[in-house]
This record gives sequence, structure tokens and C-alpha cells, in this order.
Amino acid sequence: MTAAEGPVPAGPGPAGPAAAGPGPAGPVLDVRDLHVRIASRMGTVRAVDGVSFDVAAGEALGLVGESGSGKSMTLRAVLGVLPAEARVTAGEILLDGVNLVTRTQSELNRIRGPKLAMIFQEPMSALNPVMRVGRQIAEGPQVHLGFSRARAAERALELMRRVGIPDPERRFRAYPHEFSGGMRQRVMIAIALSCDPEIILCDEPTTALDVTIQDQILRLLARLCRESGVSLVFVTHDLPVVAQICQRVAVMYGGQLVERGAVGDVLLDPRHPYTRGLVRSAPDFDYVRDSLVPIPGAPPSLITPPPGCRFHPRCEFAEEDCRVSETPLRMLPGGRATACLHWERCLEAAAADRAQA
Amino acid sequence: MTAADGADQASALLAARGVTVSFPVGSQLAARLRHEERLLRAVDGVDLEVGRGEALALVGESGSGKSTLALALSGLRPADKGKVMLNGKTLPARRSNADRRRVQIVFQDPYSSLNPRMTVGGMLRELLRVHQVVPRNQVAEESKRLLTLVGLPAEAVSAYPRQFSGGQRQRVAIARALALRPDVLIADEPVSALDVSVQATILNLLDSLRSELGLSLLLISHNLAVVRHLCDRVAVMYLGRIVEVAPTEELFGTPRHPYTRGLLAAIPRLVHDASSAGAPAIAGDPPSPLRIPAGCRFRTRCPMAQQRCAEEDPVLAGAAQAPGHLAACHFAFASAPPAASGLARTADQS
Repeated sequence: MTAAEGPVPAGPGPAGPAAAGPGPAGPVLDVRDLHVRIASRMGTVRAVDGVSFDVAAGEALGLVGESGSGKSMTLRAVLGVLPAEARVTAGEILLDGVNLVTRTQSELNRIRGPKLAMIFQEPMSALNPVMRVGRQIAEGPQVHLGFSRARAAERALELMRRVGIPDPERRFRAYPHEFSGGMRQRVMIAIALSCDPEIILCDEPTTALDVTIQDQILRLLARLCRESGVSLVFVTHDLPVVAQICQRVAVMYGGQLVERGAVGDVLLDPRHPYTRGLVRSAPDFDYVRDSLVPIPGAPPSLITPPPGCRFHPRCEFAEEDCRVSETPLRMLPGGRATACLHWERCLEAAAADRAQA
Repeated sequence: MTAADGADQASALLAARGVTVSFPVGSQLAARLRHEERLLRAVDGVDLEVGRGEALALVGESGSGKSTLALALSGLRPADKGKVMLNGKTLPARRSNADRRRVQIVFQDPYSSLNPRMTVGGMLRELLRVHQVVPRNQVAEESKRLLTLVGLPAEAVSAYPRQFSGGQRQRVAIARALALRPDVLIADEPVSALDVSVQATILNLLDSLRSELGLSLLLISHNLAVVRHLCDRVAVMYLGRIVEVAPTEELFGTPRHPYTRGLLAAIPRLVHDASSAGAPAIAGDPPSPLRIPAGCRFRTRCPMAQQRCAEEDPVLAGAAQAPGHLAACHFAFASAPPAASGLARTADQS
């Protein structure tokens, strides 16, 4: 996020709740029918294949899936940091109604810089190891908001206090290696907040942390969301973490969205067999089962994905039509959506799972 | 009272008695010149027993000494003080091949724990020959049997690790550990590097191996849901000490140590209550093992720390009302534990 040219007129005031987006009506981020292709020696990888979702102001959306499901690629496409071999081939990414896909790099930097921020899984590789932590936090406001060096430093101190870094005056001059993993992640959060963004993209921000530190970071993020009205897109494979921090969740499989809805609804009452499989294969602290039920088979190849529903080779409810017809997301009542043609059967099976508990 | 009361003395298969493992840190030359040595005590006088056929979990934050204790138990790193006993016999620092076979270990990352230039069959054959597990003419057959046991096709003998997925590699690592027909299998975060849907297959495999082969299992994990699913008993480690040990449901139902209570409160839940909006379960980072607090080592983060906690190091002890449940806290079994005292450092509560 620090790569940017040209200062931009100062954004909303440093502290205080920032009014996000064009009023509560429109979503802050609206991704429509996004396609990302990666060129490889083996062929073209259809990493993201027609993904659509939106994020409202102050909302936290979870993007769940296993490795290779396309969740990180989606996030990178939104931020505009795709690897060199990958590009967006179709679709729109609307940030406050402005399509990011059609912009040039310098336009992007100006639009995106202050509005979008990202928190990575590994803070140690995302932070500059030879730059003082305080200056890394101050860099964003200096570049994007046109703050003077002194004013940006003041802002950094205030942010360090806000994310719970003890003794900020002394820690300002420290280097990343002098921080613990949890403290480094707090630094990342302070950097992400430094320009008062409208939306923060989080790529597994707590996966590398201990459960106690994860708890601290999740609570911090939830509090910051409440206080400043910033939206979150939270990529993770950990369902309980999603339940903890997100209001809505979108489940990805094989580069596509297969289910979407409110977190409690989707995780407790899945309407796609893959979501049900994810829930049943993970041990749950509150509900100890006799044995875990793994999802049979392996994820699909994204170079030659199976025809029809991409999950059908591993699905116990698969019928002839699943092998043939495309399965776009269909809307269900209650703000839910599923890509499963036979979601009623999945619903029954999930109810039976619960009855056994 | 010692940890020996935790498990039935007679049935203890593998036991640690006062095991201490330290690592020298900093410049050794400067240390020698100053006639002092800086030691990081990763494991500090631990008593622990693994019963025959039991699944024991070792949980705690990173840096608590879980993995170092596992290395000491498996003989890969000798203990500086204390002893490791197997079947009531004290094992020497350098174990004989026969003793080494009895305790095997599976590591977290199957991408770095397997030799990339050796076929799976090659790895298994080497072990089977060196340890003379089976007569030479049965080595090939035994390799295939092991792979079938962990749910891999017998043809996998001629494949290299790179040809397998993460879950399959972890199966290879387990087959390698089982080749020596151990009594105790130590699994150090065996599923942390794997995808959720693959984790289930490995956890189910460990569970079935345990019941089929009568293996004892020492599972090191930070995932308490995994622990609850798989283990009979749980030991909680903090800064090199075991602070609480009890049967799984007892520990999760009535945790006695404030650290255990904090760990439990920190678990993200699928269905969570409204209290999740409050302060974090445990504030701050664990202190450095180079600067272990005097008295109770948890007091700097403990919500109910008292003056006594700074002066007196609590021992791991039990009480009559909860047999098999030990905790290293002055107030673990008190009828009315002290309320939050505010003595703990509360600098970074968020």
C-alpha cells in the first residue's frame, strides 16, 4: 500500500469515526463476475471464475476456502497486486462505484492508496526489516494524505496507542525484529489504519499466531470496525474465526463462490455440500463427534476443471444434471445464495447431522 | 504430591521425572570470559507420564517448551537434568537402538521432514534393515504393509515425497514412525500444516492406529478442538512448566489454573456468546524464557495475581476432591479464589 505517487488532498480527520462510502445504501466494495487467469506451463489456470460479492460499510465479510480455492487470488485482484503471470480477464471491481479493473497503475494508486489497506498473514515478511516501525506506520499518511513528517509521526504514535502497543514513544524507534508476532501484527494493523481506509483486506491475519494472541487480535479488529466503521474482507480457512469476527461469509471452491449468507446461517445450516463437508471435517470444540468425516477425493484441477458443478466428483448428492449444467449462484430467501442444484437435500442431511448431535 | 499421582503409577509407559532442557544463548566466548553462562531454560523440571494405550495432549503457546519436551522424551535431545523412564527403566542419555525404537516422533511439516531424494520405499527399507525389524527377505513386503496401514497404495513405495500431497506426506511420515513398531508415538502438531478437510483424515488415522495397535499417543497441539476430539488427558504447559494436567473433559469442564481458563476463553467458537465483545481472555505476550518472573511464572498475565504469587512458586499439586487433576496455582483448589487484583501488567488490553 505504500507504493504510490503524488500526494492526495487530506482525507477524513485522523481519529474519529470516518463516514465510509457513498452513504449506507451502496456497498463499499462490489466485485462482479470476476475472472482471473494465470498463465502456466501446463496451461491456463482459471484461478478465479466468475466470483461476485459485495461488502457494505462497517461490515466484515469472511471469504472461506481451502488452499487453491482462489480466495487469496480474489483478494490480490481487488488490491491490484496479482502476480505477473496472472491477470483479470473479465468482471468489475467497484470501489465506491469506481471500477478498478479499467484504470491505469497511477490512477489506481491515487484511488486505492488511501481507501484500501491490507493485512498479511506473515507480518515479518510484510514489514520492512531495516526501517523503524514508527516510520513505517507514518509512511502512508505522508504519501497519501500529504502529512508533514512530524505530523505523520504524531499520527503513528496515536495509532500505536490505539492498537495496543505498549510504550509507543519507545517502540516507535524499534525495528520489526524486536517485536513479538502478535505485536508485529498490531503494527500491520496500525499501518492498515494509517490512512483511514474504507476497507481492510485481511489474508489469514491470525493463522500464524497463538490462540491467546489470535484472540487479542480478533477482538482488536472487531473493536476497530465498530469504532471507525471500516469494512473488512477476511480470508481464512478457519471457520470458528469467521464465526467470531464476520457477519457474512462467502465460501469458495475451485475458483468459484459456492455459498453465501449470514455467518450463523451458513455454518450451522449449510446449503451447499462443500460447506457441510468443511463443517463436518473440522473438529469442533463444543461438539465432540465419534469421528470426523473427511471430504472424499481431492480439489479439482483449475486448468481442466470438471464440467458442470466443480464439486460433483466429491459430492454424495451428485446427479446427472450436476455433471452437465453450469451451477451459478442462485438466490434463496434470507439473503442467502447457493450454487448447489440440490441444496434441499443438503439441507435435510445437515438437519440430520444436527439431530445426531 | 507430584505429577506421578496424575496417572496410575503401574501403567505409566513413558515418564519424565524433573526433566530440564536448557539452551545456551548469546556469545559463548563472552560468557566464558565473564565466567557466567546465559541459559534459556526451555523445559524446567517437568514431571509427566504417558500411560499405556493413553492419548495425552500437550498444549500451550509457542515458546512454552512443548516441542523441546517432546524431543527430550524421544531422545533426540538429551535432558540436562532429570530422567526419562520407559517401562520403569531409566533411559541413558545415549539410547541404545532398541530403546530408541520404542519412542517415535512425527513432525509438523511433512515438506521438510522427509528426505526429498529418497523414495518412500527407500526410507522404510533403510529403517527396517538398520533396526532389523523383520528378516531381510521380508523387508519389501513389510514396507508395503506399512503403507497400506496408513492408507496409501502399496505402489507408493517407488514414489518420491514431491509426488504426494501434504496429507499423503504426513501419512508417509507416520508410516516411517510406525515402521519401528514403537510403543509411544509423539505427534508434534501433525495437522497444523494441512488443509481442514485433510486434517480430518490424519486425525482419524491417528485415532484408529491407537486403538488397533494399542499405541500410546503424545499429541502436541495448539488446537484445543483437536485435543478434545482425540485425547484422554491434557497437560497444559506455560514457560517450560506444566501448570495443569487432568482428564480431558475434567480439564475443559472445570479448569483450575487461570492460564487454562484464559486459553479456553480464547478459542474461537462456531457458536459464540455475547461476551466475545469484551476484553481478551489473556492480555499481553508470554514473557521471554530468559526472564522468567519470580514466584508464579504466570502472575504477570494473571487476572487474579496476589502478593503471594510474586513470592512463592506454586508446585503442581492435586486435591482430594479432584483425583487425577493437578494444577500449579496457589488458589487452584481454594473454595473462594481471589477476585481480579489488577496486579498483572495490563498495558496492552484492547
